[in-house]
Amino acid sequence: MADAPREAWITGIGIVSCLGEGADAHWQGLAERRIKVDAETFAPYLVHPLAPLDLDKQIPKKGDQRQMEPWQRIGTYAAGLALADAGVKGNAELLARMDMIVAAGGGERDVAVDAAILTNKPKAANPEAFLNERLMSDLRPTLFLAQLSNLLAGNISIVHGVTGSSRTFMGEEAAGVDAVRIALARIAAGQSELALVGGSHNGEREDLLLLYDSGGHMLRGAFQPVWERAKGMVLGSLGAFLVLEARGHAEARNAKPLARLSGVLSERSGRAAGAIPAALARMWQRLVPPPVPAGIAVISGATGAQPATGEERAWLKTLPDVPVRATSSILGHGFEPQFAMNIALAALALGREKLFPAVDSSGVEREYEGPLERVAVTAVGHWRGEGMALIEAVT
Amino acid sequence: MASGKNGQPVVVVTGRGIITSLGAGKADNWAKLTAGESGIHRITRFASEGLKTTIAGSVDFVPVEPFCSTELGERMATMVAEEAIEEARIGSKGDFPGPLFLAVAPVEIEWPHRDVLAAGSGANDAVGYDDLLRASASGRFHAIHERCLFASVAEHLAERFGTKGSPISVSTACASGASAIQLGVEAIRRGEAEAALCIGTDGSVNAECLIRFSLLSALSTANDPPQAAAKPFSKNRDGFVMAEGAAALVLESYDSAVARGAKILGVLAGCGEMADSFHRTRSSPDGKAIIGCIRDAITDAGLTPDDIDYINPHGTGTPENDKMEYLGVSSVFGERAKSIPISSNKSMIGHTLSAAGTVETVFTLLTLEHQRLPPTINYKVPDPAIPLDVVPNVARDAKVRHALSNSFGFGGQNVSLVMSREPA
Repeated sequence: MADAPREAWITGIGIVSCLGEGADAHWQGLAERRIKVDAETFAPYLVHPLAPLDLDKQIPKKGDQRQMEPWQRIGTYAAGLALADAGVKGNAELLARMDMIVAAGGGERDVAVDAAILTNKPKAANPEAFLNERLMSDLRPTLFLAQLSNLLAGNISIVHGVTGSSRTFMGEEAAGVDAVRIALARIAAGQSELALVGGSHNGEREDLLLLYDSGGHMLRGAFQPVWERAKGMVLGSLGAFLVLEARGHAEARNAKPLARLSGVLSERSGRAAGAIPAALARMWQRLVPPPVPAGIAVISGATGAQPATGEERAWLKTLPDVPVRATSSILGHGFEPQFAMNIALAALALGREKLFPAVDSSGVEREYEGPLERVAVTAVGHWRGEGMALIEAVT
Repeated sequence: MASGKNGQPVVVVTGRGIITSLGAGKADNWAKLTAGESGIHRITRFASEGLKTTIAGSVDFVPVEPFCSTELGERMATMVAEEAIEEARIGSKGDFPGPLFLAVAPVEIEWPHRDVLAAGSGANDAVGYDDLLRASASGRFHAIHERCLFASVAEHLAERFGTKGSPISVSTACASGASAIQLGVEAIRRGEAEAALCIGTDGSVNAECLIRFSLLSALSTANDPPQAAAKPFSKNRDGFVMAEGAAALVLESYDSAVARGAKILGVLAGCGEMADSFHRTRSSPDGKAIIGCIRDAITDAGLTPDDIDYINPHGTGTPENDKMEYLGVSSVFGERAKSIPISSNKSMIGHTLSAAGTVETVFTLLTLEHQRLPPTINYKVPDPAIPLDVVPNVARDAKVRHALSNSFGFGGQNVSLVMSREPA
């Protein structure tokens, strides 16, 4: 049967958000508690807008950029950063056998086309024929490819040459957790040596606000950090990719570990009252067997949606000595890539041997200046799905 | 035999379920498929005025009113999962002892949802997203949120069938159904699970989805008669025919199946995968990724190309796919390529998109079980550039021990599966 699980290292991270791109920009932004919120563009909704990117740096061909909608550009850009950070960018031999799992939603709609159709369809003599006629003439033929979930992975293959394998998981936050879980499980079991895993999200989209607020999940009006809200999410534009590598593979090519990805678990709690704290407690027990070690922190993927965030908060109260940070207060909530982003930020913090400051006056987060040796990253999906990862310093 | 390559568990199939435009269930589908019947018909679900393509293999006998592609996909997935679990006699009702891997079309807010929100906005004249947002914020449309989340189909199936752990929804475009099976095989080989429920489903025949493929010039426009439109490997092939369907497999470790006395219906012997970095919709002209993917699947099964007796191709009937698939097959199988039977189910059921890999895996397993090859229908004008034995127009008996099934998708996705009749 299977041998003992193999150790997996994080050997590269690529992150973009409202704080900018890369490790230093994020560390600096977190250290300064820099909250960038646009309250105008989609008022009464808020968004953490993506910092401007010089796309040419990671997507050199303008033709490739034109074939993508923003969500794909964000992801392809972040993937390039991760590959460069791991020292595998442009290494055709490694990229040809690199496995890829992308967590993705769908792409942007052409909202002008939608609005024109909704305005004029009811007045048409034959509304169905009118819809056909407008879509046939108004949809750009390549828009479909910019909307298809698996075409972020497709673009990463084309732009960066990652071709060992390519899988796209869909399903909001849980897809982001399971992408990392499966990538790790394959490395641990010897099914994979080197993997690119992550996703992207464009939060500056009315079509997404429509989806999430039909469930009553969006914050409207004044901004508050996530633990201080009664309820509500603020969308963020994020790209986050990790390069995961079997330890032996990394050592053989002299790649340095940013951190060890020691475990990833996911659950489907079903969301009966109290199910979320129970699921989180089960995962914590497996990843961090008691007693709770010193030098551990939680980086939370709390979304602001209820009851999810309230139940996560109830569980966190059972760990009074563990410092907590919810990154959506600064970055916004990005669904599919949030988990990979938080794992990347955990690796950053472990590399700097300290936790970044709190952004909360509600009592969940408190300042922590002590040593940092391991981080548990949580993900409690706004509707479904729970996950947890343990990231540890490689000493 | 408890273990295969590297001491990993051998993965077998103990349950199968299927729906296509030919009907519901294995018996009906197999009878019609081997009789060379087509499920392609004129679209009646929505108006086809102004469309270049007016035919599809839609599944109209599963009623969804008002129509919603995701809803149809979920209903078909439920039906095929019930059929597969019943055949496997595994677990107990609502308690399937393993994870769920679901191939599903990307979920989105559809036009009927938008129409409801527009009406609910009370806008008098011009309707914009501001108006839709005002309606959605009213709290009266919670059902749209749940229905249009990507996770919703898998969540509902996991709840109903009691699968274990977080359900995974996978998309590799038109290879999704094969990817879902591959994920199940890998989970069992890792020893994470003794069984897995792998489902592919697609109910995408709505106006916008059809128009998207039409704008990419991917669809056949040979509307009359509809049954003759899908012409894989023919010289006059002019595109694929959109279709709907679903299929489910119960995968199980050989040891688990034997231990509980389950009937083994076939072996999922090998999986191969390779991404193509050439173009968003076209394969690299040298066929590298297709060739690599087929070779990897055969190697993963512990076989050589000489062992493959039958190929269930991707075989969409687009000029590009069939040409490139021939290049891949002829490169891997050499001189033998001309004599290995290769027949496209899509000539009869059309292209079931996200479900195709799973649907065609079930048909390949039925081919192994019955030792009978379904035909490629509408094969009237052979393409001299594709000299293959496509089992033209009429089914025939054959000895098949090992079969290959190919699935390719936009975005450079290539997955091949190798199935065997019995464990080695």
